Amino acid sequence: MFEGITSSLTGALSFFRGSGKLTEASIREGLKAVRQALLEADVNYDVAQEFVDKITEEAIGQKVLESLSPQEMILGIVYQELINLMGPVDHELKLRRDGISIIMLCGLQGSGKTTTAGKLARMLKEQGKKPFLVAADLQRPAAIEQLKTIGAQLEVPVHAEAPNGNPVTVCQNGVKAAKAAGANVVILDTAGRLHVDPELMEELRNIDRKVEPQQILFVCDAMTGQDAVNSARAFNEALELDGIIMTKLDGDARGGAALSVKQVTGVPIKFMGVGEQLDKLEPFHPERMASRILGGGDMQTLAEKAQRVFDQDSMAKAQEELMRGKFTLNSFLDAMKQIKKLGNFKSILQYIPGMSGMLGQLGDLSGADKDITRIEGIISSMTAEERQNPENIDISRRRRIARGSGVEAAEVNRLLKDFGSMAKMMQGMAGMDKMSQAKQMQMMASSGMFQPGAEMPGAGKTRSKPKPMDADKKKKLKKEAEKQKKKNRKR
Amino acid sequence: MGWFDSLKRGISKTAQILNTDVRDLFKAGEILTEDKLVLYHKRLISTDMGVAAADALIVEIREKHLGRTVILDELWKTIHDKLESLLRGVDGEVWDPEQPLSPLNFSNVGPTVILVAGVNGVGKTTSIAKLANLLKKNGKKVVLAAGDTFRAAAVEQLTMWSQRIGVEIVTKPSQSDPAAVAHAGCTRTKELNADVLIVDTAGRLHTEVNLMNQLTKIRRVISSQIPDAPHETLLVLDAVTGQNGITQAQKFSEAAGCTGIILAKLDGTARGGIVIAIRQQMSLPVKYVGVGEQIDDLQLFNPTAFVDALLATGP
Ligand SMILES: Nc1nc2c(ncn2[C@@H]2O[C@H](COP(=O)(O)OP(=O)(O)OP(=O)(O)O)[C@@H](O)[C@H]2O)c(=O)[nH]1
Ligand SMILES: Nc1nc2c(ncn2[C@@H]2O[C@H](COP(=O)(O)OP(=O)(O)OP(=O)(O)O)[C@@H](O)[C@H]2O)c(=O)[nH]1
Ligand SMILES: [Mg+2]
Ligand SMILES: [Mg+2]
Repeated sequence: MFEGITSSLTGALSFFRGSGKLTEASIREGLKAVRQALLEADVNYDVAQEFVDKITEEAIGQKVLESLSPQEMILGIVYQELINLMGPVDHELKLRRDGISIIMLCGLQGSGKTTTAGKLARMLKEQGKKPFLVAADLQRPAAIEQLKTIGAQLEVPVHAEAPNGNPVTVCQNGVKAAKAAGANVVILDTAGRLHVDPELMEELRNIDRKVEPQQILFVCDAMTGQDAVNSARAFNEALELDGIIMTKLDGDARGGAALSVKQVTGVPIKFMGVGEQLDKLEPFHPERMASRILGGGDMQTLAEKAQRVFDQDSMAKAQEELMRGKFTLNSFLDAMKQIKKLGNFKSILQYIPGMSGMLGQLGDLSGADKDITRIEGIISSMTAEERQNPENIDISRRRRIARGSGVEAAEVNRLLKDFGSMAKMMQGMAGMDKMSQAKQMQMMASSGMFQPGAEMPGAGKTRSKPKPMDADKKKKLKKEAEKQKKKNRKR
Repeated sequence: MGWFDSLKRGISKTAQILNTDVRDLFKAGEILTEDKLVLYHKRLISTDMGVAAADALIVEIREKHLGRTVILDELWKTIHDKLESLLRGVDGEVWDPEQPLSPLNFSNVGPTVILVAGVNGVGKTTSIAKLANLLKKNGKKVVLAAGDTFRAAAVEQLTMWSQRIGVEIVTKPSQSDPAAVAHAGCTRTKELNADVLIVDTAGRLHTEVNLMNQLTKIRRVISSQIPDAPHETLLVLDAVTGQNGITQAQKFSEAAGCTGIILAKLDGTARGGIVIAIRQQMSLPVKYVGVGEQIDDLQLFNPTAFVDALLATGP
């Protein structure tokens, strides 16, 4: 009866693997199975529903049905959308350049805070920082001992006080002690607490107000089910989280919590714990998590291809540059690099909505593959300044670049010329609407110029990446908000 | 949060259900539509009971009530009965709420051994402390064995609990073989002529084959010391756990022959619906629930109360 649970999304998606012609009805049916698989991976109900609605809308668009392999298109879209939900990546801890930075860990009981405090300390120490641990869990028996043991293993100092004290004071004293000890990153290990416990949530807010941490990180067990969003939301509302750390991902949890929590709170997942040992902390990668939710397997290859094709960041960047009528050799190189990773030109075009239909017209593309390698070599031999301003590349520079990349100077000339006309076309396109852009793009593609970074109708949608607010600025805003709140209370 | 508070909260949850979940969604006198069933499905999913159990329940409601006028009491009964029967399982074990030790299988001869296992951070050590306290209060002489020699200060943690409760504890230095701790625990229990030995184990993910084999070894050592032991192998599950709980239950049962579940951290907003899926699939009963971090926050599992809380209005 419960086979459904163990069967993965791959199973659901295998529906799309058949070669049979897809119809709107069959896509809808298949995506229903996708929804079920997401729920079985603990993805929040609303998130799963929204997700499937969105994919359905995209998949039913003409572009998918008309493309050479609609099945694969859909797989690609599902994968990419999963990544969109969990991204963009942001592994920065936004520590201060000088002076002392404070990281506060919080979360439910047993999620892995104390262990993660140790892992972060270890990582920071390796990066040449001077971490300092503060044992602010005065509740759980031997929590202080646990952090002390970890500190001793890492040779990182630990500030601890008697367990009958007050955690807020412990944190304040801890920061003072850290300053005195010449440390530059303080990590506060707080007690586990339920998000529905008003007193203990207020205690965290107090610590936040009194020591003003640069980073407040929510430690979340990857095995958490549907309730994950409730706790994450509550902690975020109380504290304005800066990041999430997912723990215990070394097991076989599908990690739907990761997807839901990011989607519901908008807080980036920064790191993931992949073991009990203190070196088992890794930057979080939405792609890996997405294929995990999908059930891995042979999904991987295709998914990787699709993912790179739709690579969010570089697509967003190229798109932005394009819209501003600015297209530099740098973004050209980025695009080329991405293409190369994928293998041959033809296989890539297949995954680009609207492009696959043109494969027939393009004829033999093997030459193009070799070109890419050479073009990459040429651009790599340019200085950053040259890439930004190709018009400044004079004859002697051209010779140098040719020597550096082992090609004839004439080839460098040709690249620059091609690039010049491409950039011009891009500039022209910047003012056009989407449809005309697409037409222009198809023209360019069939004339041998291909710019993979631009958005095509129906392609994985680019989302502009919100600029991360710097920690100090955020602090200021927070402080002002607090003041306002107090004022309001007085009234 | 005290026992009384959690009880109070449990009751208020139960009260809510009649006002919100069923009554709110299905209006008495209206015709029950498929749309309503879709909405109710969502609420069931939010309990972590899993798609299959939720589907089964919806099928049942559809069969009995779709297209008919809603009679709240009957609808409520359909849902409640189905879940409760699921939870009770085929063997239909019902424990006497007046007898807090009734879910436990005690040895007729010599000491009873309870082995406690589960994935990391679910609440094993705390549950052991609560259980030891319960046993002691009911006149049993208890010994603890600090079998988690791996995690930093795990031994200290159980030691502090043993001192608070006032029970004997057997420990070995950090990194010792946990089977050796279990062995020493058995010896000490016999020496003291104690009634119950509870063995703590390090948290482990069920995907770690070596660590799962270690559990099998601990079991073997225990049974070589005390015949028919361990008499209970309790799997501690975190109420917040999602569908991964099913694999946990399967794998731990394979490696350690679990006889029951302690569902910890049920005092949060998580509903612990995963135990329904587990019960449905493998007849592993829930014996106790943890409802707080303190020593008294352990309650006998009561299927009726649990189902009430489970169906209380979701977020
Ligand atoms: N397998 C695995 N275990 C982990 C990971 N992170 C933490 N743990 C384990 O999870 C358990 C709980 O970790 P702690 O660091 O004590 O959790 P905590 O959040 O500080 O717990 P409280 O302070 O009691 O709320 C321990 O057994 C850790 O070894 C991880 O990434 N993988
Ligand atoms: N709210 C609440 N917290 C609990 C409950 N049971 C345990 N905890 C808390 O959960 C955290 C982990 O509990 P432990 O007993 O250390 O868990 P464990 O399974 O022994 O952890 P490891 O040995 O590290 O794998 C602690 O902070 C406990 O206080 C419960 O029923 N309710
Ligand atoms: Mg801790
Ligand atoms: Mg423990």
